[in-house]
Amino acid sequence: MAHFTKATSIKDWLNQRLAIEKVEKVLASEYWIPKNINFLWAMGMILVVTFALLLVSGIFLLMYYQPNVDLAFDSVNYTIMREVGYGWLWRHVHGVAASVVFLIIYIHMFTGIYYGSYKKGREMIWISGMLLFIAFSAEAFSGYMLPWGQMSYWAGMVITNLFAGGSLHADGLVEWIRGDYVPAQAFLSRFFMLHVLLIPLAIIGLIGLHFGALRIPHVNNQDGEEIDFDEESKKYLAGDKAGSKVIRFANDFMAKDMMVVGFYLVFFFYLVFYHYGFAMDPVNFDPADGLKTPAHIYPEWYFLWSYEILRPFSTDIGLMAFAFAQVIFMLLPFLDRSPNAVPASRRGLFKYWFWAMLVDMIALTAMGKLPPEGAFSTIGLVAALVFIGLWIALPVITYFEKKA
Amino acid sequence: MKDNSRRGFMGKAFGGVAAVGAVASLFAMKKSWDPLPSVKAAGFTTLDMSGYKENELVTEKWRGKPIFVLKYTSEMIAAMDESQKPRIITVGEASYLVTIGLCTHLGCIPSYDRKKESFLCACHGGTYDLVANVTKAPPPRALDIPPFTIKGNTLVLGEVGPEYLEMKKNGLTL
Ligand code: HEM
Ligand code: FES
Repeated sequence: MAHFTKATSIKDWLNQRLAIEKVEKVLASEYWIPKNINFLWAMGMILVVTFALLLVSGIFLLMYYQPNVDLAFDSVNYTIMREVGYGWLWRHVHGVAASVVFLIIYIHMFTGIYYGSYKKGREMIWISGMLLFIAFSAEAFSGYMLPWGQMSYWAGMVITNLFAGGSLHADGLVEWIRGDYVPAQAFLSRFFMLHVLLIPLAIIGLIGLHFGALRIPHVNNQDGEEIDFDEESKKYLAGDKAGSKVIRFANDFMAKDMMVVGFYLVFFFYLVFYHYGFAMDPVNFDPADGLKTPAHIYPEWYFLWSYEILRPFSTDIGLMAFAFAQVIFMLLPFLDRSPNAVPASRRGLFKYWFWAMLVDMIALTAMGKLPPEGAFSTIGLVAALVFIGLWIALPVITYFEKKA
Repeated sequence: MKDNSRRGFMGKAFGGVAAVGAVASLFAMKKSWDPLPSVKAAGFTTLDMSGYKENELVTEKWRGKPIFVLKYTSEMIAAMDESQKPRIITVGEASYLVTIGLCTHLGCIPSYDRKKESFLCACHGGTYDLVANVTKAPPPRALDIPPFTIKGNTLVLGEVGPEYLEMKKNGLTL
């Protein structure tokens, strides 16, 4: 039987019951981080902080928001924006964070791709990361429905129509998802549920999985060096802090991480106070009208690249290209046939693949925003074909890559 | 050993019960997401066809969707070829275009140009002619014709009549 003694302090009392000292060691002071990393490794922590900002601002919005097709628009644009004290602050924080979180996710992803942090035991980190990306996309989309403006309604219409599967004509599935022939009350209520409960729960679970996946392989480093964490941590604990290749997660690494987070937060609140406009589509300040489509329907900037892959093709091919774009990043650890886990700059052709992919996605994003006419249509089509071509080329060029 | 097999049996028995329960709850969950009966029942719209003006597009509403009604002029009819004529809906003396006003690509509402006598969908640049056949991709097919039946000088949307069945059989609408 477990034996308890009279506690000498509150800490000791807790320690006997919850082993808080051990927990602290496992999670923080004896969780080891390589020294050889740079500010790009702070993106994960920035994402945690941004998620917290979304959660807190969301809780305040939730207190006045009305998930009803007749009331939703005014509850946001009138009640929250004009009546509730500092209601505008929560809305702008929520909107800006929802947009910026994708910028950081993309940087985080491309950092992982550049340093090869998705292989040699880090596959599950990558896969859980991509699941987070999908969950965040679903969260952003469902949230976008809630103000029930013109863009909410029509984005809801167009995106749910994707589920008809083109020539498959699965209209029954589309009506099932909406709970009506068109987006209406049933649609708004269920997307409200998804946005405030089910998807956030999934995200929290996935963040847990993402962190769990990091524990055994640990984070990568700037040279893709395989570090013996047992060996190096022993050195550190024995007092050879300078000779060891690792430092404690807390407080040592956290101090630097939080420094980057600090710069980020200054930038973030600069956007919230002076430049929130980019996160608020002007078309969405008109209430939803099922009998009038806006002149151009385009998604928020972070979905533009995959939207542009859909657009230049006929329906069925477009849908296939779109589905391809949605899942292909998930398969990266398996499509990259080279065992090298070093920075792209030291990986022969992969270096060009990396930069070509980055530039292509930026080109797709830019074209997705422009009306589908003339030269823009052509550039968009070329960029979409390049995207698919690059993924087909990846296994080949990495198969022939020399061992670094 | 005896103990083990007993545990094994209990495990399987529990697994069986749980599987039945899981399937049953999935069924209930699926049903809960279905459109409500009240939503399904409110699915009929009656149009009085006497009020429409020639070459003027009017947008009606059926099941929350926009319905295009366009009364043709006799010149329009005269200029039509054999691929276009079967899509005309005749009520009394007059001829009409009646379609669901949602682009068959991804569901935006195309706009009608009176001068060009054609439709343009601004979302991805698809175009349709005056009987709503596709003239430029991405839309995969002509605008859909809603189920209708002709009653005197009115058109009831949502009810399947012989003219509609005929059109459907000939593949003019989905
Ligand atoms: C809100 C979403 C996310 C959160 C909160 C998050 C959080 C973190 C944190 C705290 C780390 C460790 C520190 C670092 O290396 O930056 C990390 C690492 C990593 N994450 Fe994420 N992440 C998210 C989304 C993603 C996505 C979308 C991907 C891409 C598929 C991804 C892929 C990775 C990879 C590959 C690593 C390992 C980096 C390395 O070993 O150097 N994460 N993540
Ligand atoms: S929705 Fe009309 S062209 Fe795509």
